Amino acid sequence: MTQIRTIPDRLQSPWARRLKSWESLLLVVAVTIFFLNSMASPWFLDPWNLSDATFNFTEKAMIAFAMALLIISGEIDLSVAPIIALASTAMGFAVQLGFGTPALVLVGLGVGLLCGAFNGVLVTRFGLPSIVVTIGTMSLFRGISYIVLGDQAFRGYPVDFAFFGQGYVWWVITFELTLFAVLAVVFGIVLHKTNFGRAVYAIGNNPVGAAFSGIRVARVKFILFLLTGLMSGVAAICLTSRLGSTRPSIAMGWELEIVTMVVLGGVSILGGAGTIPGVVLAAFIMGLVTFGLGLLNVPGIVMSIVIGALLISVIALPRLWERWRVR
Amino acid sequence: MILRWLALRETILFGAILVLLGVIYTRFPAFVAPNNLIRVFNDTSPLILLAIGQMIVILTRCIDLSVAANLALTGMVVAMLNVAMPELPIAVILLVAVCLGAMLGMVNGILVWQLQIPPIVVTLGTMTIFRGLIFVISDGRWVNSHQMSAAFKAFPRSTILGLPMLSWFAILAVILFIVVMNRTTLGRAFYAVGGNPHAATYTGLNVGRTQFWAFTISGALAGLTGYLWVSRFGVAYVDIAGGFELDVVAACVIGGVAIVGGVGTVTGALLGALFLGVIKNALPVVNISPFWQMAISGAAIIIAVGFNARSGRDKGRIILKRAEAVAPT
Repeated sequence: MTQIRTIPDRLQSPWARRLKSWESLLLVVAVTIFFLNSMASPWFLDPWNLSDATFNFTEKAMIAFAMALLIISGEIDLSVAPIIALASTAMGFAVQLGFGTPALVLVGLGVGLLCGAFNGVLVTRFGLPSIVVTIGTMSLFRGISYIVLGDQAFRGYPVDFAFFGQGYVWWVITFELTLFAVLAVVFGIVLHKTNFGRAVYAIGNNPVGAAFSGIRVARVKFILFLLTGLMSGVAAICLTSRLGSTRPSIAMGWELEIVTMVVLGGVSILGGAGTIPGVVLAAFIMGLVTFGLGLLNVPGIVMSIVIGALLISVIALPRLWERWRVR
Repeated sequence: MILRWLALRETILFGAILVLLGVIYTRFPAFVAPNNLIRVFNDTSPLILLAIGQMIVILTRCIDLSVAANLALTGMVVAMLNVAMPELPIAVILLVAVCLGAMLGMVNGILVWQLQIPPIVVTLGTMTIFRGLIFVISDGRWVNSHQMSAAFKAFPRSTILGLPMLSWFAILAVILFIVVMNRTTLGRAFYAVGGNPHAATYTGLNVGRTQFWAFTISGALAGLTGYLWVSRFGVAYVDIAGGFELDVVAACVIGGVAIVGGVGTVTGALLGALFLGVIKNALPVVNISPFWQMAISGAAIIIAVGFNARSGRDKGRIILKRAEAVAPT
């Protein structure tokens, strides 16, 4: 499974490299889908429709940013959707106890952090593989939601709590879209312009080498799990506020879409490579695809076929291409 | 000898199941009546069948998250086949189920073998694709009990020597795969590939092809279970066995199958499945809401994987260890 990378004699010019990068391919795909959508449906190019379409990806993308860092470092967190469910359940519970909006936000973020810390401790302190740990916590976290809620639902969120998921900052620009943009910039800077970001890449490429060059591997990974939990908490606040109710099946299957988004964005599932701009573009593409198919009255489960096929083909196609070129 | 046998993972787990049954016995003696135990075993049979396939996949350092979706898709196909052609004999239905399941497994296997895509990504993808396909072929409609032929529904319930057919399938699969894993080159190849892929390559094993066969076996078992599941419950729809893949992985992990590959036994998978099965069936008896089950299997996975990591640290490569133990000192 190890990939052999040869070092070229001469580097291509920066512009040529940028043109041939995964990100420019994604940009072309995004523009094409945008164009096709506007051809396919006359309702697509309405600003309010487009604004609604952003809800398809903003919440997922927030988690995808943190997940991208985690996957680059060589770990994975499959429990993000159940963290949303648990955080949302906790917020619903807090509402029953009569807490106001600020407390609800704290509860949502706190539960997200706690769940992230739980995953992080199991992976970094006990040295367990993150796939199994998070498959376990996936059913544990959602299971707790089911224990608390059963077949019931929490409702009655305060009126001002609705702002996070339904509020507009200016004209058609939603609060969620603004938050998405801010987070994209923050995560972009953290990953591409800080020591911490370099450490994440180093760990993903060679954890032992990273440890020998003085990077506290376990601590960085733990922080990344915390971050993923925190972002799941943020997404839980937005989603709960948008839906206005909590059921234990909330955000079911999102982990798949989030991982797809990250991988589609060019992050190597084996770790060590990937960029935030790529993930941002992938988020737009997935949002546009689901929205476009929705306008064409394609049922949700058929869309999931598209998502699944997309996930496999984005990884398969470059490998097929490589094989074809070698011949 | 006896000490080593006592320290075996399987023995500890078997003991745990007995203790569990003992605790339930003190409150609800009826649970441990032979008839009820047969019922529990029968109810756990689908999990046992899938856990055996999953165990083999995990042995080769892969994971198959598409088993439940494969089960549901195959179940839907054979149910629709039965509605279309009610006179088709059960043997043909069984053959179709096993072959279709194996083919779906091969799709996973080829993607892992030929394109070296990480198994978790492949099977996450095929999991949603298979589920989506059920919707496409059935148009979202259910196939209900009254549409199925009597023979189709009766088969898994028909009893031989007091045991339902469903249980017999689980027992036969356990025996068959104990033989395959211990007495055939393919079985040993699964261990070798998972234990040390590099060494396996140097001894002439094709790692990718071995993984392909693991996925094929897992798929075939899932397909078989698909028919048994649908005919037993008398209904097929998009969401049957939703989330069941987690229970299957849980059964393996509890049964001592190491997620890093190379370590695990059919008996372990069987006992892991039975452990979960006893808990699942005991919950309503001891008056705990069935909503607890999901959290319990989650907690069981985490505890078991932690336990495995602790006990497995000094084990190393299983095949070499076995050879050392056998060699005269």
